[in-house]
Amino acid sequence: MSNWIINHGLSAFIVVVWMGINIFLFVHFYLFYDKGPQFEYTRELLGSALPWARAPAAVLNFNCMLILLPVCRNLLSLLRGSFMCCGRTMRKQLDKNLTFHKLVAYMIALMTAVHTVAHLLNVEWYSNSLEGRYGPLAGNLSMLDDSSELNTTYLNPVRSNTTTPTIFVFTTIAGLTGVVITLALILIITSSMEVIRRSYFEVFWYTHHLFIIFFAGLVFHGAGRIVRSQQVTDPPHDTSFCDEQPENWGKIPECPIPQFAGGFPQTWMWVIGPMIIYLCERLLRFIRYMQPVSYRKIVIRPSKVLELQLVKPGFKMEVGQYVFLNCPAISQLEWHPFTMTSAPEEDFFSVHIRSVGDWTEKLISMVENLPEGGQGPKMGVDGPFGTASEDVFDYEVSMLVGCGIGVTPFASILKSIWYKFKDSDPKLRTKRIYFYWLCRETHAFEWFADLLQVLEREMEERGLRDFLTYKLYLTGWDQSHADHAMVHFDKDTDIITGLKQKTHYGRPNWEREFEQVRQENPSSVVGTFLCGPQALAKDLENKCVKYSDVDPRRTKFYFNKENF
Amino acid sequence: MGKIEWAMWANEQALAAGLIYATGGIVGVAGQFRGWQFAAFGIAAGVFVCLLEYPRSKRGKGTSVERTGQYCFTVCVKAFGPLTRNYYVRAFLHAALCVPGGFMLATVLGCVCLAIASLIYLSAAIHGEHWEPILPRTEPPKRIGESIKEPPQNPPPRPPPELRRKKVDNLETAAYDNPMSVTTNE
Repeated sequence: MSNWIINHGLSAFIVVVWMGINIFLFVHFYLFYDKGPQFEYTRELLGSALPWARAPAAVLNFNCMLILLPVCRNLLSLLRGSFMCCGRTMRKQLDKNLTFHKLVAYMIALMTAVHTVAHLLNVEWYSNSLEGRYGPLAGNLSMLDDSSELNTTYLNPVRSNTTTPTIFVFTTIAGLTGVVITLALILIITSSMEVIRRSYFEVFWYTHHLFIIFFAGLVFHGAGRIVRSQQVTDPPHDTSFCDEQPENWGKIPECPIPQFAGGFPQTWMWVIGPMIIYLCERLLRFIRYMQPVSYRKIVIRPSKVLELQLVKPGFKMEVGQYVFLNCPAISQLEWHPFTMTSAPEEDFFSVHIRSVGDWTEKLISMVENLPEGGQGPKMGVDGPFGTASEDVFDYEVSMLVGCGIGVTPFASILKSIWYKFKDSDPKLRTKRIYFYWLCRETHAFEWFADLLQVLEREMEERGLRDFLTYKLYLTGWDQSHADHAMVHFDKDTDIITGLKQKTHYGRPNWEREFEQVRQENPSSVVGTFLCGPQALAKDLENKCVKYSDVDPRRTKFYFNKENF
Repeated sequence: MGKIEWAMWANEQALAAGLIYATGGIVGVAGQFRGWQFAAFGIAAGVFVCLLEYPRSKRGKGTSVERTGQYCFTVCVKAFGPLTRNYYVRAFLHAALCVPGGFMLATVLGCVCLAIASLIYLSAAIHGEHWEPILPRTEPPKRIGESIKEPPQNPPPRPPPELRRKKVDNLETAAYDNPMSVTTNE
C-alpha cells in the first residue's frame, strides 16, 4: 500500500485536484446561468438548455488551456531541472505527461458532446420562440429587434421566420466555427486511436496538426456574442413584475423596454498563454534539432545491437535518463526514445539500439553499409528526459536488481559509480555493490556482459575484487543450457557470459542473498534499487523489512520504492 | 512503420461517425425538432453503420487487434460476401447514407463525418484493400508429449561426482536450494 502511495500518490492527487476544478467550474457556471437574474429572459426562451451549454463551455476553456502544456517536452525538462532540489516524486510526475494529455483530451471530447447537444436544442428553441410557440412573453422577447428609433436591442439571435437552424448555424461565426472545430476534433480523435497510432504514426501526427485549426476556431468562437444578457436600464426593468405584461413594455414607467447585450468573448484569455508557450516549444525543438550531432564511435555488437557514441555541444545528462533520436534519412517524423548507457562523467553519450522494428532495422542496415570510420547518418537528438536515479550514490552498500530490458539504466549507473570511485568523488559513498541481473536469455545483452567483464578486469587490476559482486540469473533456461553447463562445468569463466561469476539458473533465492549481504556487511546501510516488475518490488520490500535491524551494529536495508 | 492501410482509419472514422449520426438523430427526435423525420433516419443509419463497422478487418501485414466481442458481428458481416468485402461498395453506401443527414442541423455533423469516412474508404479501395474477417485459428489440440507417460530413461544432468555432494553443514556455499532434504552420499 505504501509502495502505491509513494509511486502513484502524487499522480492521484493531481487528478483529484484537476477533477475538482472541473466540477467546480461546471457547477459554478451552471448556477450562474441558471439563477442569474440577467438571464431571466434568455431562460424564458431556452429553458435549462442555456446553463447546460454554458457550463461545459467553461470546463472546455479550462481544459483547452491545459491540453497544450503536457506536450511541451522541453518546458517540462526545464521544470524538472529546477525541481532538482524538490524531490524525486515531483519530478516523476513530469514523466507522466502523455497520460495527462490524453485525460484532458477525453474531457474535452465529453464536454464538446454536451455543449453541442445543448446548443442544438438552443437553436431549435430560439427558432420556436420566434414562431410564438412558447407563449406571448417568449414571442414578444423574440420580436425585439436591434433598432435605434424604437430603442430596442435584440435578444433572440434568430431574426427571421425563414431561418432554419441549419442556415442559422452556418451564417453565424459561432455556428460555423463550432462545426469546423468539432469536425477537427473528431478527426484528431479517430486518428489517435491506439491502433492507428502504433501502426501509422504519420497519419496520427499529420492529422493531429488539425489542432491548429481547432485553436484558431476556438478563439473566434465567441466573437459573435450570441449569448445575450439583460443590461441594467434606467429606470430598472423588474422582470418578476413585468414578465406578465409584455404588451405594456415601454408604456408604463415600471417596465421600460428591456435592453440586451452579448457577453464579451473570454476563451482567448484562457488559451493565449499556452498557445505562445507551445509555439516556443516547437521553435526550441527545431533549434535543437538543427544542432550538429557528430558520431564519436559506431560499434555493431552481437545479436544485432548497435552502439552509437554521439557528441552534441552543450549536452548534459544524469544517470538513467533517456533521449529521443530522429533520423531524417529514415523518417522525417519519427522520434524514438532510447535509454542512455553512458555515464555523465564521459565526454560523449551513448545509446545501445536493438533491432526491434522498421526504424531500428533500417538504421542498423544503413550503418552496416558505411565506410570504415565514416560518419553516420544525420541524427537529431532531443533530451535528456526522465528521472535521474541519483540516490544510488548515497548508500554505503547498494543492491541493484535489473530485470530484462531494465538492465539498461544500470549500465549508466555502474559506469558512473566506477568513474566516481576511480576519481574518489566525495559524493560517492558507495563501498560495495551487489548487482543482480535477471533475464530470460542473454541474447541482445552481450554488450552488458562485456561491460561487466571490463569492470571485473579493472577491479582485479586494482585489487578491488570485492567492490562489485554480480550475479546473473537466467530464468529461461532449457535442456540445452543444462547440457552445456554440465559439460563445461570446470571452466574458470562462465560459458554464457565469459565472466568469472557463474551464471545461475532460475530465480534468485532472495532469502539467501539478503543473508549473504547482511553477513558480509555488518553495521551498514544498504540501499536496494529495482528496475523490474511490480511483483518483485513487493517481494524485495518485504525482504528489506525482514532483514533490517534497528540495532546500529547490525545491517539496515532500505528499499527505494520507486520503480524507474 | 509499414505502408498505411487506409481502411483501418476509415473504420475508426466510420464507427465514430455512426455514433455521432445516431446521437444527433436521438436529440432531433427527442426534442421534436422540425425535420425530425431526418433525425429518425439518422438514428437508423447510425446504428446500421455502427453494426457494419464494429468488426475490424484482418490486417494485410501485422497482427490484427479485435474489438471486444466482435466475433458475432464478424460472422454477420461475412455473410454478405462481396457486398461487405469490397470497399467501393462501402464508400458508396456511406456516401448515400450521409446525404439525408445534411437536411437537419442535429445530424449535420454525423453527415460530414460519414462523408469523410466514405472518402477514406474510397482511398482504401483504390489502393486495392478489402475486408477480411478475423476468424479464430483452429489449432490442432496440443498433444501432451508421449514421453510423459514413460519414466525418464536418463538421470538428470549433474556435475561430476566429487563436486556433486552438497555438504549438509555447508549450505551457505550452495548457490541454489535443494528441493529435497540432502542425504550424505558416501
